[in-house]
Amino acid sequence: MKRSGAVGGILVIVGIVVWWSLAPSWLDFLTAVAVAKGLVVLGVVLLIRAGLVSFGQGLFFAVGAYAVGFAGKWWSMHDALALAGLGLAAGIVVSLAIGLLVARYREIFFAMLTLAFSMMLYGGLVKGYGATGGSEGMPITPPTLLGRPFSSDTELFFFTLACASFMIVMALLYARSPLGYAAQAIRSNEIRVGYLGASVTKIVLATFILAGAASGLGGALDAMLVGHIDPDLTYWTTSGEFVFVALLSGTGSVVAPLVGTVIFEIVRSYALRWFPDFWQIALGGVLLAVVLFLPGGLWSLHERVLEYARRFARGNGSALEQAPARTRRQEL
Amino acid sequence: MTAPLLEVEGLDLRFGEIAAAQNLCVTVATGEIVGIVGPNGAGKTTFINLITGYLRPERGAIRLAGRDLVGRRPDAVTRLGVARSFQIPQLFFNLTVLENILVGLAATEGRSLDPWRPLLTDQRMEKGRRALAHLGLGDLAHRPASELPEGGRKLLDVALALVLEPRLLLLDEPTSGVSVEEKFEVMEQVTKALRVSAVTTMFVEHDMEVVRRFADRVLVLADGRFIADGEPAVVLADPEIRRAVSGRS
Repeated sequence: MKRSGAVGGILVIVGIVVWWSLAPSWLDFLTAVAVAKGLVVLGVVLLIRAGLVSFGQGLFFAVGAYAVGFAGKWWSMHDALALAGLGLAAGIVVSLAIGLLVARYREIFFAMLTLAFSMMLYGGLVKGYGATGGSEGMPITPPTLLGRPFSSDTELFFFTLACASFMIVMALLYARSPLGYAAQAIRSNEIRVGYLGASVTKIVLATFILAGAASGLGGALDAMLVGHIDPDLTYWTTSGEFVFVALLSGTGSVVAPLVGTVIFEIVRSYALRWFPDFWQIALGGVLLAVVLFLPGGLWSLHERVLEYARRFARGNGSALEQAPARTRRQEL
Repeated sequence: MTAPLLEVEGLDLRFGEIAAAQNLCVTVATGEIVGIVGPNGAGKTTFINLITGYLRPERGAIRLAGRDLVGRRPDAVTRLGVARSFQIPQLFFNLTVLENILVGLAATEGRSLDPWRPLLTDQRMEKGRRALAHLGLGDLAHRPASELPEGGRKLLDVALALVLEPRLLLLDEPTSGVSVEEKFEVMEQVTKALRVSAVTTMFVEHDMEVVRRFADRVLVLADGRFIADGEPAVVLADPEIRRAVSGRS
């Protein structure tokens, strides 16, 4: 797990650099937005690893985005770093409050409660016209960094990437910590976790807060990139899409959501271009293919490639027998 | 005589018409190894569930070294020093054998689990490997727990309770689901580990032969009541008791 994570991290960095030098510049913006959304997907994945499906993660996406909106509107705060920190903090505060209410629930009840809270926020944002601009939303003034405006999408892209890397490192540390393992243990057997003397509610709450922090940061970055926010950020279809992309990406690693979201956004862009009338069918087809052929999500592809490489390097048959067990373990 | 480790007084619990516990009273001294036998449905697992806080008695008191356990949830009871194993092994099948143990070890280290530093430290791994070796699972440390055969699962389940270094260990049928040939082997392995940690133990068992060999004292449970308490050789020689334990004959 340790080595495959490090190899995965290096592959991702190499991939981004190659991507950035080869891809047309209009893709910088698309990739940056995908990375911002990928942080929300990361939140969904962290919860799935603990056995919980959040159908309202858009709530924290909107909380981060509107924190940026209000900070600009009321306090004329435009520094990108401060705004990113604010989105993160807003995500933490709101997820703590909601987490205290939902951390005892599981399965469909957890999913429905998170959905309900996100739709309550949606209602509030639409109705609170005076402050929020209602369903029209509000514009975001282009951010600055240390008093200097961003000169291009590429600069903002790298800022987004830096913030996302910070969150990924946090998530990696968490995933390897006793808390992260205990969260995985809860997915497998919650009763036994209690019988080890650990408080299951506390573990779920801590995971929920980390997921909220990542999503809030994602929302703040998305607001700065797109320059406009509206209540659709917390609409149920937005949250549903985060779950969709989480399944597409795979939950085997905390790096998977970012890679998966970038691939998803590119597939969506091309699907829109090639099949403007039925692009959803194309997307659905992709998910179907992933579920059928890569049950561990796109991330398991990299596990398989590593496995093949190892088998090739060893050049004997014994690895052949070990391979299925290893992939199964990673996918569980 | 020192004060008893466990004191149970007048526990009552009914499930509808069925009396699962009727005025259960028992005291266990530190260091004892107590077997609990009884026919199916006598309330053996209920007794364990009552002590560990999974079920709440309608009446009665449970004290561990003088501290009241009634009304506390299983995680709180566990923190006070009661660990248990399960009749059907309750493991983390998405983790390796060693990782199962390490999660248990980490849970004993403080009130909250560390969110940033790694679980897999050399110190914990060393301790975890030793815990597995005591139960003969040393070679399987890095295998996924899901790949263990039933006997191995039972032993890992016990290891996961022992690693908490409890003051009182409750084992729910440590040899059930294991083939007759393996039964004594598994129990031998378990008692060896118990001796190393010198932990006070109560174990539920169907097989009277296992109890005779491994317990210092036996409690006989029937219809939610303790009907006998004493030395295994004496108690289990009584034909009345034998009939009660093996069911009607």
